[in-house]
Amino acid sequence: MVRITRIVLDVLKPHNPNALDFTTAISEQLPGCRIKLTVTAMDEKTETVVLVAEGAHVLFPLISEVISSLGGSIHSIDEVEVDNGPPDVEPH
Amino acid sequence: MEQLLWLLNITRSHVIARRYFVVNGFDGALTMLGLLVGFYVSENVRLPVVTNACLGVAIALGMSGVSSAYISEAAEKQRELRELERAMVSDLGQSAYGQAARLLPMVIAFVNGMAPLIISLIILLPLWLAPSVELFNHFPLESAFAMALLTIFLLGVYLGHISQTFWLWAGLQTLVIAAATTGLIFILSPG
Repeated sequence: MVRITRIVLDVLKPHNPNALDFTTAISEQLPGCRIKLTVTAMDEKTETVVLVAEGAHVLFPLISEVISSLGGSIHSIDEVEVDNGPPDVEPH
Repeated sequence: MEQLLWLLNITRSHVIARRYFVVNGFDGALTMLGLLVGFYVSENVRLPVVTNACLGVAIALGMSGVSSAYISEAAEKQRELRELERAMVSDLGQSAYGQAARLLPMVIAFVNGMAPLIISLIILLPLWLAPSVELFNHFPLESAFAMALLTIFLLGVYLGHISQTFWLWAGLQTLVIAAATTGLIFILSPG
């Protein structure tokens, strides 16, 4: 089964919730994942952030849903790492 | 409840609710003080008349607070949401901001209406308890007046806590306003 292990998203979000609350809210929905957020640009009402989520199984639809509920929107998926587990062993 | 507090926090509406509580609470307390002093200088006014008039004013202040705050805050929150939607170039109706725009005007209106009503009812307590408490029975208007001063002082202390200034100084400042109001009523009353 293909699993996302790392994803980098470019996200536009309002100033509130701030970076700490935003990251905490996402992290609460994704147990076992490590979330990193970097603010890259600030506007009058919005800010652009780069969000990195890493873990054994990163659920992208869930991240997307949480970001939307917090008023943010995903602009682009900048990096993805997936893992398909160990190769199947051929039976002899 | 937790969700509501979170919405208040992300939209910074807790500051608005706090301001409404103090402003309208102070309004209620000072209105009751004015009414009580007005009845005191009128002399020979029966206690039920005082109680009913003050209660009527307290309820009117509450209703006025709820309706005025709801109308103005609903318009403000909708405007904020539209501005943010323009900046985000997306529909935020289902987001926390959309929820906040629908829910928070009601919360703020409730705070704005309940603050003067509850504070007024606290000030009127000595009038209601007059038949059963001897001190209040002998000096009902004076007791309610003292309660009004205490409430106004405590609102000042709360303001001092918010502005992180010395609590006694902040409380005394609001007491000066109460004293000035009382003095003006005494000076201007024709009786």
